[in-house]
Amino acid sequence: MGSSLSEKVWERHVVRRAAGEPDLLYVDLHLVHEVTSPQAFEGLRLARRRVRRPELTLATMDHNVPTNEEPPEPISAKQIEAMARNAREFGVRCFPMGSPEQGIVHVISPQLGLTQPGMTIVCGDSHTSTHGALGALAWGIGTSEIEHVLATQTIAQTKPGTMAVTVDGALPADCAAKDVILAIIGRIGTSGGVSKVIEYRGSTIRALGMEGRLTISNMSIEAGARAGMVGPDDVTFAWLEGRPYAPKGALWEKALDDWRSLATDRDARFDREVTIDATQLRPYVTWGTNPAQSVTIEERVPEPDALPADARESARRALVYQDLRPGTAVRDIAVDAVFIGSCSNARLDDLRAAAEVLQGRRVKPGIRALAVPGSMRVKADAERMGLDRVFIAAGFEWREAGCSMCLGMNPDILRPGERCASTSNRNFEGRQGPGGRTHLVSPTVAAATAVAGHFALPSDL
Amino acid sequence: MEPVRRFAGRALPLGRADVDTDQIIPSHWLKRLERTGYAPGLFEAWRRDPAFVLNDDRYRGASILLAGANFGCGSSREHAVWALMESGFRMVIAPRIADIFRNNALKNGLVPVELDEATVTRLLEAVRIDPGTQIAVDVERRTVEAPGVRASFELADFARTRLLEGIDDIAITLRHEAEIAGYEERRAEWLPRVR
Repeated sequence: MGSSLSEKVWERHVVRRAAGEPDLLYVDLHLVHEVTSPQAFEGLRLARRRVRRPELTLATMDHNVPTNEEPPEPISAKQIEAMARNAREFGVRCFPMGSPEQGIVHVISPQLGLTQPGMTIVCGDSHTSTHGALGALAWGIGTSEIEHVLATQTIAQTKPGTMAVTVDGALPADCAAKDVILAIIGRIGTSGGVSKVIEYRGSTIRALGMEGRLTISNMSIEAGARAGMVGPDDVTFAWLEGRPYAPKGALWEKALDDWRSLATDRDARFDREVTIDATQLRPYVTWGTNPAQSVTIEERVPEPDALPADARESARRALVYQDLRPGTAVRDIAVDAVFIGSCSNARLDDLRAAAEVLQGRRVKPGIRALAVPGSMRVKADAERMGLDRVFIAAGFEWREAGCSMCLGMNPDILRPGERCASTSNRNFEGRQGPGGRTHLVSPTVAAATAVAGHFALPSDL
Repeated sequence: MEPVRRFAGRALPLGRADVDTDQIIPSHWLKRLERTGYAPGLFEAWRRDPAFVLNDDRYRGASILLAGANFGCGSSREHAVWALMESGFRMVIAPRIADIFRNNALKNGLVPVELDEATVTRLLEAVRIDPGTQIAVDVERRTVEAPGVRASFELADFARTRLLEGIDDIAITLRHEAEIAGYEERRAEWLPRVR
């Protein structure tokens, strides 16, 4: 029997295997940010340990940096300073606030070409799954594991299971990668991928550009998966070639041969397989407080009693929190804020798609609308294309790079009771600020919603 | 990490499925630089509701958290484990526990116990009827016992040993230095190095 992509990458990284123990895996790249790392560096200091391979470690600041011109508030500033200090002390390269390479950790690494097929990548952030879009095996870890990786460049892990999600067919023109992943999560549920690595396969995935694949892989964790991956192909290679850390010359050719061998073998078996017909997808809007609670924009907020028995209680709780009545048409739900950003949807393609909708239009008065590029490099590229002027002319705030309104850790938060159409990846209670109400949507739906004042498609405008 | 072998205590009947780590400890608490000081943030938003079970005096001093399926999903924040432990919890019992939370729990000696839905429901009912109900968890034998309930749970041998002995993972891995260095010799030459 052949092997799947995730199994191949796993096997290549086994440093030590012993019966009854998890495998000890080598980590090719460890990404670090200011929020989950201070206690790990402190642990190293207390045990008089060093960072084993600083050159396989990259730090940045993203979670609590302000994205406007204001300085960080004092508590965040302490954490930002601690990141800079720890990076200096342990010899780790850090792209701090103000650096042209600073940005959301999951945006900057692929963009620099650091994320490559076949690598193992970890980071103290659950959305590390993002990097799997390039065929890397990448997953989020906790602070104790961060300390372990810093000290040993390895991580002990039990081998995950495998799962294939095959999406075939032409995606309707008004659907985006975000709709594909929301549909997948809606189908398999928030724990559908627990203990497994999902490989996204099929003609729909192949037809997506790298940025769409990054959006899909990003939300693997929202299905509970350990990681998500897409087999590297010509889209991957074309996207990587020439990036600062991509191999050059003869090494590029050598790497290409190797990367081509990573594809899942024809006779590989998956522990679980799910297929989705892309032609049947529509743009999705989440109505609840977990990412599986979604309907298409043409539908209505569901009646909890009409849902499967095990989904009713949480649906009832979600509707109370979200202040929604069953039967309300999604298009009739008005929003107070729109957020286009996050490691899920803040790359150039996302901003371009939203700007196309906003061209020559205005945000409905009273709506707070934020466009937050995923990195300073994305920001510069967008500005070269004039996208910033489109956003600003439409009434959006055009910000510096950071996690911004995705997670309620920096000044960009919703006020209690505010409702937001957001391109981020989590609609948990209070995620965008205490009492805030989040609805996950694609960048084009977010843009159209900003103009209409309620959930809308670009074709509604 | 403190070793943990057998443990008996009272439980907090949280119930609820899909409890994410943003609920366990909201993100603004993550600005701290320490591993301590998180107990006041535990379930901060839900706790504002006087009817929330954590505010119920009958469950004061509970050391076992009884939760619904997919407990600890979402963000990788280990702070969720720190907040629970600092608040006196030593075990989490749920029908399914999210992967990263489970790993983080094991690193800190918080015992993740997965039991089938029906058993968790029985435990929840027992504890709701009698908050004094004692639940005993035996890590060594991988069993849970309560009046009328006897169940076993899965826990890999390796994870069990670490809980029983409370060992420092890094020290163990560093014993394999020769294997790590040997692997490093074999890595592909094109792999990136951060400059």
